[in-house]
Amino acid sequence: MQPFRVHEGTGAPLDRPNVDTDQIIPKQFLKRIERTGFGEFLFYDWRRTGSGELDPQFVLNQARYAGASILVAGRNFGCGSSREHAAWALADFGFRAILAPSFADIFANNCAKNGLLVVELPEETIAGITLRAREIAGYRLTVDLEQRSVDDGHGLRAEFAIDEFRRYCLLEGLDDIGLTLRCADQITSYEDRRGRERPFQGPPFC
Amino acid sequence: MTGGCTLFDKLWDDHVVCQPEGQPALLYIDLHLVHEVTSPQAFDGLRAAGRRVRQPLRTVATVDHNVPTTDRRLPITDQIAARQMETLRRNCREFGIPFFDIGSAEQGIVHVIGPELGLTQPGMTVVCGDSHTSTHGAFGALAFGIGTSEVEHVLATQCLPQRKPRSMQVFVDGRLPKGVTAKDLALAIIGKIGTDGATGHVIEYAGPAVRALSMEGRMTLCNMSIEAGARAGMVAPDETTFAYIHGRRFAPKEPAWQEATRYWRSLASDSDAQFDRTVEIDASALPPYVTWGTSPGMVVPVTGAVPDPKWFAQETDRQAYTRALEYMALRPGTKIEDIAVDRVFIGSCTNSRIEDLREAAEVVRGHRVARTVQAMVVPGSQAVKHQAEKEGLHEIFREAGFAWREPGCSMCLGMNPDVLQPGERCASTSNRNFEGRQGRGGRTHLVSPRMAAAAAVAGHFTDVRKWNYEEVRDAAVSRA
Repeated sequence: MQPFRVHEGTGAPLDRPNVDTDQIIPKQFLKRIERTGFGEFLFYDWRRTGSGELDPQFVLNQARYAGASILVAGRNFGCGSSREHAAWALADFGFRAILAPSFADIFANNCAKNGLLVVELPEETIAGITLRAREIAGYRLTVDLEQRSVDDGHGLRAEFAIDEFRRYCLLEGLDDIGLTLRCADQITSYEDRRGRERPFQGPPFC
Repeated sequence: MTGGCTLFDKLWDDHVVCQPEGQPALLYIDLHLVHEVTSPQAFDGLRAAGRRVRQPLRTVATVDHNVPTTDRRLPITDQIAARQMETLRRNCREFGIPFFDIGSAEQGIVHVIGPELGLTQPGMTVVCGDSHTSTHGAFGALAFGIGTSEVEHVLATQCLPQRKPRSMQVFVDGRLPKGVTAKDLALAIIGKIGTDGATGHVIEYAGPAVRALSMEGRMTLCNMSIEAGARAGMVAPDETTFAYIHGRRFAPKEPAWQEATRYWRSLASDSDAQFDRTVEIDASALPPYVTWGTSPGMVVPVTGAVPDPKWFAQETDRQAYTRALEYMALRPGTKIEDIAVDRVFIGSCTNSRIEDLREAAEVVRGHRVARTVQAMVVPGSQAVKHQAEKEGLHEIFREAGFAWREPGCSMCLGMNPDVLQPGERCASTSNRNFEGRQGRGGRTHLVSPRMAAAAAVAGHFTDVRKWNYEEVRDAAVSRA
């Protein structure tokens, strides 16, 4: 996993609450068996018209936000389906961080597993960043995970809280399966103890 | 901490393998359900790292999201879907995972077959790469949806590092009136607390109205927990739970059954347990509900009307509601009962169990689907389909003009050929009314099976409480 320490990039505002993972990556693109190549299908039904052309109205199709790597979103971003394809699509499109007032739980987990930083900021702060992203040409943000801060170089600076373990994994780009496997002996003794105490909860298939 | 433990506390504590310094707790997973869409990349990850599946016999796979619901003898025309199913078949063979393939008698929606095979039991932790895994909480299990990286994590370690969510009790007093179902209760709760009202929480549903629900009803209720943002939903097990599980294929057999039920009876919140949050609802005051917008929280009673965005205080809400109205092609003030539908879908992991089909069939019996409506019933599993056919429900549906299909997720998410056409309006017993969920440009209204059945006959939404039908016979007589 790509580590995340400090990232500077263009901020694109997507000012809608409850953006669900069906919008982030529609179901017709979930049949691929690879982890890569989902970026071109990101927000497909919003980015493209019924006939498949790019809709110039949609924020990510506007020249001023070309190459945006920080998404500034509304509350409850990523609600709905558990599809990790949503995180893959955002990362593959080039996003490294998403700022929003709140995120759905499974989506936030999925992002963390893919080096994509989700930052929760108060609703007023997000509203302020959204406004600036619309009004200031070439608006850029710096997201600093080491300092837990967001800075736009125009006087807006905000600090954010993040789970320490999630932060550590992102900073180091860690594979957390490797960490769990270090507890293999404890897992085995847990299984042994449970098997003795409650044999009726053994593996259903044998 | 003072006070007793919640059911959730008990399940959590029982599954903590260890708590490494500075890390989240490592939680043991008893049952891992796998399907074709969210697993291929997880198996690839295992291969790339040279890892094996730690507990293949605590893992079970089936195909449900992609499968066509038409004649199973015909070849699958969608080659990409066929490749995804073939990939799961190969992965299960390679890693020794039990697999219920498309032609097997056990195939079905993963959240329907887990309970009906007796795999889902009280006191377990259950995960699946699917958000509606919360369904299994109906049995007093801690069950939650995970992403593909976490699927890989569970395959490799049978554990997940997890921070403990907060707890929420939803206490439902009274009793649901005739014609009002667990689906309406779920929609009422989401309407009250919002689609992010339970984010970061595990819900325990309690109270007389919940105790009075059948297992099918409890599954519907827990299934929709994720639509309120909850990590999981659960109901403490009781005699209804034990009666449902007893005798099922993977249920404990005597003498283990006695031992199991003794343990299961201990799985309840203590009377002095403290929840981080409590919500109360009076079931006896609830009507049938219909969603009007593009989020499950956009819901009103069937007797109501489409709301006006002007009523909402926040500008972002007004914009979202206006956008939803445009997408749904509805005007504020339109009576719900005046909204005509083109399609009716009875199915999905929310409402495709035998009781759901019985309830819909009662409403349909002796009627015809309106000429302007195309309607289909997709049973949740082969076992449900078989049982429904034994009871003659398929004849009731077919005679009324419904299509009677093979099991799968079908038009709940439209990954298979069952999709809405742009602009089509559907009364659906599924769980999400997101834009494009059932097909690009499709307009979804979430309702109960009874309400969907009535809409199919009437051609528009109608209050099923006024419908003249006979109550269901004793559901304990037959099971599926």
